[in-house]
Order: sequence, then C-alpha cells, then structure tokens
Amino acid sequence: MTTTPELTPPTTPTTTTPTTPAAVDPAPTPPTTYLPHLDDDAPPPVPRRSLGRPSPDEQLTRWGPWLSSAALAWLVTQQLLPLAGVAWFVVSWFLLGLVVTAVTAAMHGGWIEVKDRVAAAVVTGGALSVGVALVSTVGFVLLRGWEPLTHLNFLTDDMSGVGPKDAFDRGGIAHAVVGSLIQLGIGLAITLPLGIGTAVFMTEVGGRFARLVRTIVEAMTALPSIVAGLFVYTVFIIMLGQPRSGLAAGLAIAVMMLPIIARAADVVLRVVPGGLREASLALGASRWRTVWHVVLPTARPGLATAVILGSARGVGETSPVLITSGAAAFLVTDPVGGAMNSLPLFIYSNVRSGEEQAIDRAFGAASVLLVLVLLLFVVARLLARPPRTKARGRPRVSLRPRRRGPRNGAPADAHPSTQPLDQPESQDPR
Amino acid sequence: MTTLPSYDAAAGQDMGRDMGRDMGQDVRPRRISRKATGADAVFEHSARAVGASVLVITGGVGLFLGWQAYPTLSRYGFGFFTESAWNPESDVVGIAAVLTGTISIAFVAMVFAFPLSLLTALFISEYAPERAKATLVAMVDLMAAVPSIVYGLWGYLLVMPHAGDLAVWLQKNLGWLPVFDVRGADPDAAVVDASRYVSSSFCAGIAVAMMVLPMACAVMRQVFSQTPQGEKEAALALGATRWGMITSVVLPFGRGGIIGGTMLGLGRALGETIAVVLIISPTFEVKPNLTEIGSNSVSALIAGRFGEANAAQLSALLAAGFVLFLITLVVNTLASVVVNRSRSGAGTDA
Repeated sequence: MTTTPELTPPTTPTTTTPTTPAAVDPAPTPPTTYLPHLDDDAPPPVPRRSLGRPSPDEQLTRWGPWLSSAALAWLVTQQLLPLAGVAWFVVSWFLLGLVVTAVTAAMHGGWIEVKDRVAAAVVTGGALSVGVALVSTVGFVLLRGWEPLTHLNFLTDDMSGVGPKDAFDRGGIAHAVVGSLIQLGIGLAITLPLGIGTAVFMTEVGGRFARLVRTIVEAMTALPSIVAGLFVYTVFIIMLGQPRSGLAAGLAIAVMMLPIIARAADVVLRVVPGGLREASLALGASRWRTVWHVVLPTARPGLATAVILGSARGVGETSPVLITSGAAAFLVTDPVGGAMNSLPLFIYSNVRSGEEQAIDRAFGAASVLLVLVLLLFVVARLLARPPRTKARGRPRVSLRPRRRGPRNGAPADAHPSTQPLDQPESQDPR
Repeated sequence: MTTLPSYDAAAGQDMGRDMGRDMGQDVRPRRISRKATGADAVFEHSARAVGASVLVITGGVGLFLGWQAYPTLSRYGFGFFTESAWNPESDVVGIAAVLTGTISIAFVAMVFAFPLSLLTALFISEYAPERAKATLVAMVDLMAAVPSIVYGLWGYLLVMPHAGDLAVWLQKNLGWLPVFDVRGADPDAAVVDASRYVSSSFCAGIAVAMMVLPMACAVMRQVFSQTPQGEKEAALALGATRWGMITSVVLPFGRGGIIGGTMLGLGRALGETIAVVLIISPTFEVKPNLTEIGSNSVSALIAGRFGEANAAQLSALLAAGFVLFLITLVVNTLASVVVNRSRSGAGTDA
C-alpha cells in the first residue's frame, strides 16, 4: 500500500444514546455511515500493479512467440525446405513455437521460468490436439453422412430390394434403427432389474456373499465385448440350436452391459449418505422401505446416468451383434423371427462392401447412431445435474423480509410507524 | 406424542410385548432382532437371489470359457502359445501371432494415448479456466461414449492415408529401427508403394488410441482433482511456478491415477474389435514391423473365423478368447488395485 487512507473518526452521532437526559428528545438523528476520505496532503496514488490479469507486456510474451513462429514455420516449410503441406506446417509451427517461447522466457527469467512456459505450451497443445481429433471425428462423420440424410426416405425406408449402387432416394435404415432399439430394449429389460438389484444387494444387504459377487462383477467388466458375443453364440445358437436373431443379439448386449451397469450403480449407491439410511431406520421404517423410499430416490439421478451411459455403450457396440444377430435387409420387428439388422452392423457391413455409395450410406447411418448416442448422453447429463440448478419454479428464499405494504393495500407510508422499533427504546427508562 | 407408556427399566428387554399390552392397541413396535422379518426377509432374500443370479451369469461366462477352452489347451499344450499359424483344417492352431499382434496394437495405442491423456487431464485440472472445466469434462465423457465403429470409420477413411505417409517418412529416416522397417518397399523410390504402409498395427493403434484416451483421461483427471488444495497453495506460496507446483505436488499425488488409468485403457485396447477388424489386413506372423501392412489380434481372429467354425474350431476360438479375457482381467485388476491405493492418500509422498 502506497497511501494509507486516513480514517476520519466518525462523530458517532446516534446508535449509542448520549447519557445526558437532553438527548432523549424526539427525532434523534438516524445512523449514518461515513466514507473514509484520503488525506489531502498525501502524495497522489501510484497505480497499483494488477495481480489478476497479465499485463500487456506479458500478453505479448505469451502470444508473440506463436505469431513469430507461424511466420517462421511458413518460411521454413513452404519456402526453404521441401516440406510442403499443412501437416508439416502445423508440426513445425508447434516445435518452433516451443523454441521461441523458451527463448523469450529466458530473456525474462531463468531456467525455471523457461520450464514453466514450455510446459504450459506443451500441455495446452496436447489438449488442443485431442480436441481437434474429437471434432474431426464427429465432423467427418456428419459431413460425409449428410448427403443420404437429406433424403427423407433414408430414415423411413428399409433396404429390401435396394442394391448397393442405387441412388439415395431409394432405401433407408429404418430396419437398422428399429433393430437397434429392439435389441437395446431386450438388453435393458434384462440388465435393468438385475444390475440395479445386484447393486442394491451389494450395498444394502452386504455380507461375505455380497463381497464375492462384487469381486466377480468387477472382474467381468474386463470381459471383451467380442468374447461376450462368442459366449452367446456358442450357448444360444450352437448348443441350443436357435437361429440368429434379435433376441440373441439382445442377450449378447445384456451379457456385455450387465457388469458395467451393476458396477456403476454400485458406485452410485455407495455414495448415498449413511445418515439418510440411519434416519429412516431410526424413524421405524423397515429396511425394505428404507431402500425403496430413501436410498433409491436419493440415488435416482446417478442411477439414471449409469443406465443411460451403459446403454450408449451397448447400442454402439458392434462386435457382439456382428456374431449373434445376422443381417437382414428388411424390417424385422419380431425378436425371435430370424436375422435382424442393427445400426452398428449396418455400418460395418456397408463399409466392408467397399462400394462408394454404400460407404456413404454407412456414414449416414453412423451420423444417426452418433446423434442417438449424443441424445442419450445429453439426457444423462441433464438427469445427473445437481438438483439445485434444476429448481426453477421454487420461490426464492431471501434473508430480507419482503415489503408487504403495497401488496396488502396498505399505504407505503405505513413504514414510519415501525421506525421507533429500530430505535434503542430500551434505554428510555433511564 | 402426548403420552408415553411407562415401564421400568428392568422390563426393557421385553419392551415390545409390554408396550403392546399396555397400550391395548394394535400398534406394536416391531421386535428388535438381527434377523430380518416379514417384508424385510422377502427383500433380503430376493436381493440375495438377484445377486446370486448375476453371479451365476457373469461367473458362468468365465467358467464356461475356461471349460470350453480346456480341450484345446490340453490338446495343443504349450504349443498353443508358441505356434503362430491358425489352420484348423491341418490341425495347426496357435495364438502366438494374434497375441503379439494384439499386444503391438495396444502398444501403439498406448504410445499415442498415454501422453495425450496425461496432458489433457493436466490441462483440464490445472490450466483450463474455471468456467470451461465442466464443459471440458463433459467433452471427454462424450468422447468415451462415441461408438467404437465411428472411431473405426475415422481411422479407416480419414487417418489411414496420412498415417501411411507418416510411415513412409519414418522408414526413410528411422528405417534402421526394426519397428519402422517395412519389408518389400523402398521409401526412396520415385513412386512409393503406398499400399505396403497401410492396414498395419500402427494405423489400427491410432484408432484404438482414440477409444482408450477418454477412459484413461477421465481416471487421471479425477485423481488430479483430488489433490489437496492446501498442498498446491503451499507450493505456490513458496514461490513455485505452476509447472513446479504440478511436478512437486500434483504428479506425485496422482501417480497411482496415472498408472491405473493407463492400465484401464490398456485393458480396453486389448479387447477392442471392430476398429481393428476394419483397418488391418489379417496375417499370421510374429513380426516387430509395426508400420508394415498386415497384423492381427485375438478379437479380430474371433470376428473373422467364428462363422465357418465347427465345434473343435469354436473351442479353439473360445480358448483364444479365454486367454484374452485372462490378460485383460489381470491388467484391469492391477489397475483398480493401483487406483484404489492412490485414493487412500498413501501416494502423497514426493
């Protein structure tokens, strides 16, 4: 602090009533706050250095190197060396940027400063490249899948009688979408009760047996999805002699999802505060009622997230359905009525066909699958939000009492009548 | 409550019956007992039944795989692990090639995924502005939810040509390393035979890395975010730069998370199927040449061969799947042990 503000001693007009009886007269001066004012003789205040945001000087040392290295990289790759192309430019821009950053940092500070600056640049660069990879994945799929999606029949038609080279105004993926949803439904119908029931068993009942179950379930999350598919294929199709069908694919998805959902639900139930359970039990509720009315409602957003993320994983997994469902080109709604297509399988078989038109169809289907997963994901996010950000219609609770005067029809100048209450009347009798 | 029934302390043990008699009403407190009664018993037993059925289903898968794999393993013995060819017709079956292929693809994936996930986790937990953090975390979660076939398409049609160019450059400059050597192709030729450089473990590894990355990143970020704030502030107050604070506090604290997250990702990378099947062209050969065309993995073998398999071949495939499952099981178990240990705060020593 360069200047010390001199506090003017407040003249303490009110609040403490003077002891002289003359001060008891009506209309005492209301309490007042005085702002401290600076001493007139003090030297003018020096502008303080802002610690919060970087100064222009620092901004320049941060961004300048990247500008200069961009120019340098262009010069080196495009003009001097035979390294034409965007990839070389970006790589050399990054490397040269690191060098120039290190040099500028060395002009200011020592080795420690250089390390700090370069590390910050490397970390940011790594995160940026991951972001670019994600954006390029989503963008590439949506961009190439856009053309088939512009034809409405792509979403309402199936592929029966449509060749791989036919134009986009014939055929569609309705059969694959319906198949995916049916298979996911079968999978969920099995995993939802079993997965959440197991989680309840592991957290609420407990015991040695529950620990065994937890160990096995955690171990089975390591099961590769293709092995889950092969298991159902061997048991259901080879040993029991059933045809490939949507039911088999649903079972394979269920075997794959069950450990995932059970484990995620177990984690969610474990963080329900023990105090809630104890309070419910102390009020005389049975354990069953405690689980049903206290534990599960408390954990509901988390459980929903676990289930939805598990189904996003299940609907996008290709390898189990590749083995178990078989591919039909037409709409099948009967889960036991023979081969049934699904979105991942449709994408896979179309890409494998190598036909340009079919690959574009596969991209259209991949866009639909991506949007489906995205929707599931957004729903999971909305459900998982903490409840305080969700409460909107609830009345605001404020610490200050609301002015009730105008609403009750009372005149606004009813307030002065309450004024004496604020005064320290208790001292009056003295 | 207005009135309480009075009873002496001595009768307290028999509280339930006494109270019922005194009040003369139907309301009687339930008996206090460790054994569940009534609805509780039903609840407990049905929960136990659900747990047991899940145990049977999930454990059954593992036992079934082992049971089905046993004839193959006993027939071929240790040769199952050293034979690289897969010709069930001539009774020569082994997983040496597919196993090394699986490991090399997972290795490439981890070479890409480990540094990128570590940097991304550090960026999100230490460098990103406070407002953007929630969005970035959601982006990483979204990345984990993207179906693997989408990453397969990305790797197959967008990345693979560029990865081939990179492989040519690597052989030109680092070709003396067997890893980057591509047999039967000359990188200095006027027209490079580009088809020798694609469909390799290298290309498949890049696509698998995209699947592994968000998983590893999520674990690392979670452990980093549990770093004690006081220790971070203490380091800054002692004059450390941000990077000094990270190396002295965040990384030592999160060491378990870094190792565990990487191993969890490795477990996923070993079992990944569809992206690998799309990208590689299958060969059965044990080779160190990562960028050369041709590779294989256990899951790709299963996906390619299950259709025409008879009972004996199916048993061999199940044996291969069982070995893969055991490997991922060991990796995942080690990972969860490491992560759980780090959470107990034992990893705070520098």
